[in-house]
Amino acid sequence: MGEPIRLACDVLVIGGGMAAAWAAIAAAEAGAHVAMVDKGYCGTSGVTATGGPNHWWVPEDPALRAQAIARQSSKAQGLADEAWMEQILALTFRHLPTLAPWYPFGSDGAGGIYHSGVRGPEYMRALRSFALARGVTILDHHPALELLADREARVSGARGHALRHDAPWDIRAGATILATGGCAFRSGLIGSALNTGDGYLMGAEAGAELSGMEFSIAFSLSPAWASTRTLPFTAARFFDEAGHEIDVPSPRAGHAHHQALGRAMLAGPVYADLSEAPAALPPILHRIQPLTTASFARAGIDPFRQRFPVRLFGEGTIRGTGGLRILDQECRTSVAGLFAAGDAATRELVAGAASGGGAVNSAWALSSGRIAGEAAAREARPIRPDSALTGLGRAGLHPTAEARALDQRGLAASIESHMHHYDRALFRRRASLSASLDTLGCHWDFIAAHGQATGAAALPLRELAAMAATARWCTAAALARDETRGVHVRIDAPDLAPSRGHRLIVGGLDTVRLRPDVLLEDAA
Amino acid sequence: MIEVIREDLCTSCNRCVEVCPTLVFDEGGKTPLIARPDACQTCYLCELYCPTGAIHVGHDQFARQSPAPDHSLHASLIAADHGWAAPLDAGQLDDYRLLGPLLNEGVEIAARRQIKG
Repeated sequence: MGEPIRLACDVLVIGGGMAAAWAAIAAAEAGAHVAMVDKGYCGTSGVTATGGPNHWWVPEDPALRAQAIARQSSKAQGLADEAWMEQILALTFRHLPTLAPWYPFGSDGAGGIYHSGVRGPEYMRALRSFALARGVTILDHHPALELLADREARVSGARGHALRHDAPWDIRAGATILATGGCAFRSGLIGSALNTGDGYLMGAEAGAELSGMEFSIAFSLSPAWASTRTLPFTAARFFDEAGHEIDVPSPRAGHAHHQALGRAMLAGPVYADLSEAPAALPPILHRIQPLTTASFARAGIDPFRQRFPVRLFGEGTIRGTGGLRILDQECRTSVAGLFAAGDAATRELVAGAASGGGAVNSAWALSSGRIAGEAAAREARPIRPDSALTGLGRAGLHPTAEARALDQRGLAASIESHMHHYDRALFRRRASLSASLDTLGCHWDFIAAHGQATGAAALPLRELAAMAATARWCTAAALARDETRGVHVRIDAPDLAPSRGHRLIVGGLDTVRLRPDVLLEDAA
Repeated sequence: MIEVIREDLCTSCNRCVEVCPTLVFDEGGKTPLIARPDACQTCYLCELYCPTGAIHVGHDQFARQSPAPDHSLHASLIAADHGWAAPLDAGQLDDYRLLGPLLNEGVEIAARRQIKG
């Protein structure tokens, strides 16, 4: 094992995706000494790096902005906050173009520059260069395992393991930002292998709460052999193994589109036929999404001429809206010294009950990153090098009973199936949610009681604990919200219940606690 | 899933060891070692970042293919399509604005078909 690494900084950013990078950049621009620790490599890790985020983008025209906000508000079904929407529209419009020295912005086709949509690998490469240019210390392959707190329970940094040096690290920080992304429960969704909800767990261990976890049903369609982007699929027709066409409502039907596909996939293999795709698409797909083209080319399939098997990949809280509850306009959690940004934070503030996926989520990641970075830089207090800090991590690090070997693979597969099994996820109902909650509770209890590892081996165990905790919060909230609202669809409660027009706050580890939130407007 | 690092093209710069988000590779002798193939998430980014086109990722994310005899057809295609090494003003993203419109056109096609059907 290598020598322990000990550092101190003003602001510690945990994560390495787009929200983390924007947070680190903003904190450094505000004058803070910033360290960013990523589980993977800032530039390739996280779902943005393999994606192509479009950002919610409206020019600085009050009438256009008001229109866009009104449209988004109606989709949010009462759970969002228009002041936040205004804020993220303004910040995104102002800051995305500042990436120009490092990102190859293309043409808008009318003599101008196309800013709003960016391609993942180039975007994250540019954000890394931007952060380095601002003096951010980037520590790749340095997963955080637990937060540290001082005597007053203020979060004061984190502790983890440097994988390439095989050495423990310990970073003391005046303020800490969780930008660890969402949780895809190891579904195989492209780019999501590291998105295991670690920040939700670390935040909850410090006493933070979560919100919007019930809005976590999302799937994306891909070839059966690999998760890709969905651009080629929107005009697809679908067939069963015998060649009979399957009646699938168009993607515009949202949940019903996925329900029809999921039902068919439970019955047998489903094949896509892309021959009716827009005529302009086949010749330029490789210029827009080279990695999607590569997946087909290497499988020896011309996707626009040959039928091929498809499946749905679960997206968990990534395209959902749930995450750590944000208390104020500066992305604070309820824990002193701890901020949250991007998919680690709740996106209910801007997405409400709608899918946070796509443009609104990206604008949120950029904006909440910048807001948290600036606020953390302002608030960072020097930590005395001799002050006693306590590690807050529990499950996987400090078992409550005798340590035992866990069937980690089996537990992870079970957790994923309780979140993403087509029947459970696309046809949510009391009986199955309740059964899932019981099983997930047993998994959590078992992991917390017996899981123990140190060094690099602690990482998979902590990831497993984070997925178990996240799945429980999602399921408990989905069970409690006995209505259909936005992307949360209950087949046993198909209508919107006016009495449920509030956010659901969930928290707790050994015991899951739920309570209704009071909407900000009502509280004012 | 990661398939092969070609010894004839690899310069042992270990860039792949650094950039792989899931630490599939370890520094090795002549080429980096594919130490943890099961950790590969088939994101193709090692191949994109490889400066000499020495890495080949197979299409199947659930099973590792045995190396095909000839990868020359694919070598560096991803990097070329991305314009990865090109100057920032080379126009490599000039078609990117069409993503949204093409996506929506596909949705329209599906919706029209449904009304007819």
